[in-house]
Amino acid sequence: MINEFIDLMKHELILCVILFLLLLIKIGSNDENSGRWHVMINILLFINLIVGFCCNVSGELFNGMFQSNELIQLEKNILNLGLLIISLQAHPYTRNHRHAPEFYILLLSSVLGMFFMLSSGHLLLFYIGLELSTIPLAALANFNLNKSASSEAGMKMIMSSAFSSALLLMGISMMYGTTGSLSFSEITLQLTGAPLQVFAFVMLFVGFAFKLSIVPFHFWTADVYEGAPVPMAAFLSVISKSAIAFVFVTVLYTVFESMVNVWYILLFITAVFTIGIGNLFAIRQQNIKRFLAFSSIAQVGFILVGISGGSQESEAAVIYFLLIYIFSNLGAFGVVNIVSSITGKESINDYKGFYKTNPALSWILTISLFSLAGIPPTAGFFGKLFLLTAGASTGNYLLIAIAAINMVVSMYYYLRIVKAMFMDANEHPIQKISFSLFPSIALIICIVGILLTGFSGDLYTYIYELSIGI
Amino acid sequence: MSEIPIEHIMMLSTALFFIGAYGFLTRRNMIAMLMSLELMLNSVNINFIVFNKYLFPDTIEGLGFTIFIIAIAAAEAAVAIAIIINLYRNTKNIDAEKADHLKH
Repeated sequence: MINEFIDLMKHELILCVILFLLLLIKIGSNDENSGRWHVMINILLFINLIVGFCCNVSGELFNGMFQSNELIQLEKNILNLGLLIISLQAHPYTRNHRHAPEFYILLLSSVLGMFFMLSSGHLLLFYIGLELSTIPLAALANFNLNKSASSEAGMKMIMSSAFSSALLLMGISMMYGTTGSLSFSEITLQLTGAPLQVFAFVMLFVGFAFKLSIVPFHFWTADVYEGAPVPMAAFLSVISKSAIAFVFVTVLYTVFESMVNVWYILLFITAVFTIGIGNLFAIRQQNIKRFLAFSSIAQVGFILVGISGGSQESEAAVIYFLLIYIFSNLGAFGVVNIVSSITGKESINDYKGFYKTNPALSWILTISLFSLAGIPPTAGFFGKLFLLTAGASTGNYLLIAIAAINMVVSMYYYLRIVKAMFMDANEHPIQKISFSLFPSIALIICIVGILLTGFSGDLYTYIYELSIGI
Repeated sequence: MSEIPIEHIMMLSTALFFIGAYGFLTRRNMIAMLMSLELMLNSVNINFIVFNKYLFPDTIEGLGFTIFIIAIAAAEAAVAIAIIINLYRNTKNIDAEKADHLKH
């Protein structure tokens, strides 16, 4: 009994242990920020990642409220990997911050919420996990306490997430009224497609759309990314988005599989708008964080195209793409983070002539942007290829054509930054930046991931075998 | 004593929800926006309780959910008010229209 409990909840338990350890050490220590912190936290997170891989078991706890299987544990491991990379990257930012321990405590509690959300088999646990994963993020967006841009970002984040969770709760209450239960397995049995159920489902969809920043619910994204500290923006765009996308796929394919007609139309419309508007706005951005925000909106659009396929390939393609997306987006954010926390420059024009002074960082940013754009030798190409192939399995070639055209458009704005770094002249380029060991490890992990993930067919096969279709 | 028909309570909760949504979208004072959010959450609470009492009286799932909503709404409001206070310290106003530095 107790063994089963520990095996199934090992991801959550070890995060809780780390959280309490950090809290106790924070309370007990007098020096507010020292170098020991960062070494210790990164070692703990590394142990967390390793422990996640051992003993995969599937089963359920608390009458099916908490469930776990090999796929969910794989998703949690992917999130743990992203968390470790972000923690390594955050070093130049947190090194001089007065409240560095709190930064990690909030970050870890948000990940804990995501784990509960991933494992939930009941709408109550799902809702609690969702809130636990978003409320600390709002506090984190406001982490530069004396910058007004940062508190504005925090305000926008908490307001929009509270509004979206109110809509989501309305959907949940209607779902409860029409099906008489809150557990996923019961809801699946009781779905009849009655109008009120469709309404409830649309409300749930809107709740997800807010968190995933699907157009037309994307307005908070760019503002929050610009105002928030860079590691936090990276966390929002990668970890938070991946977790919600994992849950989104699972919920659509298992709980709402009988409503495939409804969600296919919703996905079709929102995917077209999300890719299109994300791309159009990304073209005209001057701030690199805003640029990455809109590019991540466009990437979500591609994920929606993949989800709309509804087959086993779709789920595998989404998980595989998100793994690649973690590497490529964190590679880009890693460079932006180093530049922003050391020089304070965030405009795209500042990156002109970057190659002359910092060749290594420029190459890393270039490879990451190539991967985001989907240029062949990088993993991003394979990710997009699988997504579009999965989306094409429904026979709706209009959607695939729109997505493919938008991939070409996205080349333009990704290459614009590469051109600025390599070809444009600048009288005052960013100085040569020297950075510590932690961010270098993170960048190496990202680059190795980008270059190798695309060629490891075993990984895709492994994910494919775990996935389920409708 | 005759029971109140379920339709009436549903009308109340729907009206409350949309009053809250309207208030959230039109109010400019951030504290008033938070109050509107609470209205929306309370309408959801009414929904849960009425469904539980009228349609599924032999379980308590709806009631349990209500308690969690209240608790989480309190946590959310605490963080939101902390952020608003911090914003006030930085900019000396809590008008949502004036918090528009992050554009373009």
